[in-house]
Amino acid sequence: MMLEVQDLYVSVDKKELLKGVKLVVEEGEVAAIMGHNASGKTTLALTLAGFPQYSITKGRIIFRGEDITYKAIHERAKAGLAIAFQSPPAIRGIKLGDMIALAGGINPWTSNLDIRFVEEVLRKVNLEPSLYMDRELNVGFSGGERKRSELAQIFAMRPKLIILDEIDSGVDIDSLRILGGSLREYIDLNRCSAIVITHHRHILQYLKPNRVHIMSNGKIVLSGTYEELVPKIETLGYEALIKGVSTNG
Amino acid sequence: MDEGWREKFRLRAMEALTKKAPFGSDIDLSKFTGQAISRDVIPEDAPNKALEVGVELTEKKSGIYFQLDHSVILSQLASKIKGLELMPIDDALSKYEWLRQYYWKALSVEQDKYTAVAELNRTKGYFIRALANEKITQPVQACLFIDSDWLLQAPHNIIIAEEGSEINIITGCTIGNRAKRAAHLGITEFYVKKNAKVIFTMIHSWGEETYVRPRTGAIVEEGGVFISNYVLIKPVRDIQSYPTVYLLGRGAKARFNSIIYASKDSLIDLGNRLILMEEGSSGESVFKVVATGTARVYNRGQIIGQSRNTKGHLECRGMILCPTASVIAIPELIAEHSDTELSHEAAIGKLQEEQLHYIMSRGIPPEEAISILVKGFLDPGLPGLPETLQAEIRRRLFMIDRGLVKGSEVKVE
Repeated sequence: MMLEVQDLYVSVDKKELLKGVKLVVEEGEVAAIMGHNASGKTTLALTLAGFPQYSITKGRIIFRGEDITYKAIHERAKAGLAIAFQSPPAIRGIKLGDMIALAGGINPWTSNLDIRFVEEVLRKVNLEPSLYMDRELNVGFSGGERKRSELAQIFAMRPKLIILDEIDSGVDIDSLRILGGSLREYIDLNRCSAIVITHHRHILQYLKPNRVHIMSNGKIVLSGTYEELVPKIETLGYEALIKGVSTNG
Repeated sequence: MDEGWREKFRLRAMEALTKKAPFGSDIDLSKFTGQAISRDVIPEDAPNKALEVGVELTEKKSGIYFQLDHSVILSQLASKIKGLELMPIDDALSKYEWLRQYYWKALSVEQDKYTAVAELNRTKGYFIRALANEKITQPVQACLFIDSDWLLQAPHNIIIAEEGSEINIITGCTIGNRAKRAAHLGITEFYVKKNAKVIFTMIHSWGEETYVRPRTGAIVEEGGVFISNYVLIKPVRDIQSYPTVYLLGRGAKARFNSIIYASKDSLIDLGNRLILMEEGSSGESVFKVVATGTARVYNRGQIIGQSRNTKGHLECRGMILCPTASVIAIPELIAEHSDTELSHEAAIGKLQEEQLHYIMSRGIPPEEAISILVKGFLDPGLPGLPETLQAEIRRRLFMIDRGLVKGSEVKVE
């Protein structure tokens, strides 16, 4: 098992945002998490990544057999859990190339940087190295460029589990195809798992999730295959679908 | 050498011996009575120390000046570089009688007690001159090194860029392992002639018991460009400096870039004054500081617009890593003409948690992540610096004070 989330309760500023999330992701599995705004999707992603403002009041997170519930962000990352952020910050003075090297465990300022490693990673996400290597991290990047910068950093980390928080938001259809394609290739090649948080089915067409989970009010309320759930979401919308579940028991 | 012409400066200096500087603490200079070691060889620790401040003593391509305490050990290769003159100031004053006209012209000997003491205890200094229309691309390197305990080092430097010339100078000031306590009063006068360009980079690396009072003046003529970069990374006991640039030619330009990492209990008071005297002249100062420990940093800036179509801008960007550190920005804009455009911008704050967590999410431990952000915040990108020196500054910015996360306010786990 790659990840097991056991009855997770999370609060931010004493407000309870996750109310008993249960989730299992197997090795090599792509799990999609869908749901309307403020249903708790991003809270779950950032809690899994270890962001300290999300305080866990109950439950456990088991990652590859290890309890990581109270581990720090960087320790989780080192253990193989990587997250692509929905809106990554822009940081002046740090080059994208240097950040990719750092994510790959190379210090660009104290060691001789092997540029080939960085170039290879940038090419995987279709960013031309000569144009992007020296760009300041996410500064002036378009939506699509930001997402590709996120993926490049994640690929450099060689993770076991990738959490993608709305990797498809603010991205045009061409970028989406590139993102989806390179992700699927990476997942297959490295037999890693992924949790894909999204509102839309488009990215899922490329990523072909094994399971789809629907979140509402801080819980996973419905799980099924892509074929079972996604067409219904498209026709009914989340609310009606969830209501249907609760009335049918 | 006939020193009679200097008598008037001596007399004026005598008058100013108790004159306090308007900024900074008042240093009792009388305790700095250390004897300089007279030597003609470079001490073992010097090449590495010099390299830390950007001066490669072993390099054979560039003009190099190396002053140990009060002895000029190396002043070489200048004759091989076309258009460059580099020599100890005393030699230059003997050689060129006209140079006396420049002595204490860009700043006044009675400015304060430090200029006065510097004149009365003058301990060499360098003369650098780019001849007319010569573009000297290879940076000229100068290193002022304090090797003896309780030493008072007071070099007087004069830099002249003749009409249409260009010169790039890197000056490193540092202190050896033997000198625990010392004072440095460096006098530097710049003369940037018509359409000339001077890029001057000063890298300071002092000790925790070093008192520093550089005094600088610059005169920039028509179409001249003066760029001054300043880098201070290591802790220092007490430094105060406030150079004045007189832009007295049409279209003259000046720019200051400062990169300060203030740690431990350093007291740092730095600023500059830009006087836009002639039509179309412009000036800018960008000051970036990261403060930690119990360091206290003042950034003073003053721009005076005195003529038509003049433009000036002051910028201070500060990051505070510890609740016990402080940064004080004091910008002053003085418009003395209706057609001058002056602005300032200051932003001081803590390290952004969002950025820290972002970097950590790539598997980087918090201490290293803070170093990365500090490095990024201060990242030099200084004009005129060779890439090797920029890389060295980056490396050192990254290596600084790893203990800082302990005292920092940011939440890491």
